Amino acid sequence: MNVTTATGFPARENAKAKPAPFWNPYLAGFGLGLVLLAAYLVEGRGLGATGAYSSVAAWIANAISPEHAQASEIHARYLASGSPLTAWLTWLLVGTFVGAAVSGLVAGRFAVTVEKGPRLSDGQRLALALAGGVIAGVGAKIARGCTSGQALTGASVLNAGSLVFMLAVFVAGYSVAWMARKEWL
Amino acid sequence: MFPLTYSMEFTQLTSLALAVVIGLGFGFFLERAGFGSARKLMAVFYLYDMAVVKVMFTAIVTALVGIFLLTAAGELDFAMLYIEPTNYPAAIIGGLVFGAGFVIGGYCPGTSVAACATGRLDGLAFVAGIFAGSYAYAEFLTGLDAWLASSAQPDVTLPGLTGIPMGWFVLAFVAFLGLAAWGMKAAERRFAGLRP
Repeated sequence: MNVTTATGFPARENAKAKPAPFWNPYLAGFGLGLVLLAAYLVEGRGLGATGAYSSVAAWIANAISPEHAQASEIHARYLASGSPLTAWLTWLLVGTFVGAAVSGLVAGRFAVTVEKGPRLSDGQRLALALAGGVIAGVGAKIARGCTSGQALTGASVLNAGSLVFMLAVFVAGYSVAWMARKEWL
Repeated sequence: MFPLTYSMEFTQLTSLALAVVIGLGFGFFLERAGFGSARKLMAVFYLYDMAVVKVMFTAIVTALVGIFLLTAAGELDFAMLYIEPTNYPAAIIGGLVFGAGFVIGGYCPGTSVAACATGRLDGLAFVAGIFAGSYAYAEFLTGLDAWLASSAQPDVTLPGLTGIPMGWFVLAFVAFLGLAAWGMKAAERRFAGLRP
């Protein structure tokens, strides 16, 4: 009894240790900008998060039925460019996962949890996260890029279409935010 | 000299290893900024924490200044950089749809990966959603995709459109970041009551 309280207590204290605060946003943004610059200097193109998903989707479609996959020009295009395992964007995303995991673990921010406002159940939030992912996925495909591939990457070379995309994202974001306030506030 | 991929002829393995290294940095700074957290990201839309705009805009200005200076110094061949073709209807419709998904889902494709990596189950659900969305797009919207691709114009940039040299835009972006920083500070004070 004595032993469990003696060893258990500090461990629980540890688990409840406050996670480190996030970095100053301007400092984090400067770091992110250097990474984006590095992507341009090394590969001649910026960052991208959505391409890998299409590449894997095409690969799965092909595994289920090659004829079916070839019937979609989009699947066929991704398949023609090779396996997702040889795609640059896939490995970029693998690195992103590991980099974020390391940063989160070091800062004590790793936690198996569901992010939401106080007025929503976990189940409701997970359903909305899934639905939002589908909608954002389709939007990113229409625009040929997301916050990484269009907004960050395009704006840093003054791409007109990317700047219009970024404006549209914020217009929709602020419009939908009022309806979604129960989810977040 | 830059981009290195044209002057050094990387093997595929080197190229993919570099992708991992750049990804590591990308994920690290996203998480440091707090972008693995949907509540932190969504705060921008309720104006009590403008970190999303601060981080994005600082990143854009940093890369833009770097690209401009290295091009001016003759170290970077700007013409070799990939510029996504511009299609205004696609950018507007796609951006509006994407923005709605961003607020409903709480993440974007890159930040949801950072969220998964730090244990957020809603991040995992969002990733599953993007995957389903990408799949559905390839299955059902090939016609739209072909039309969007055929009506896109290559290399549409602000200097090209206006005839104003890139340096002036760089100055304008830097000045705008300064002004926006001041404005966002005021907004955060005004809406501090919404902070959880």
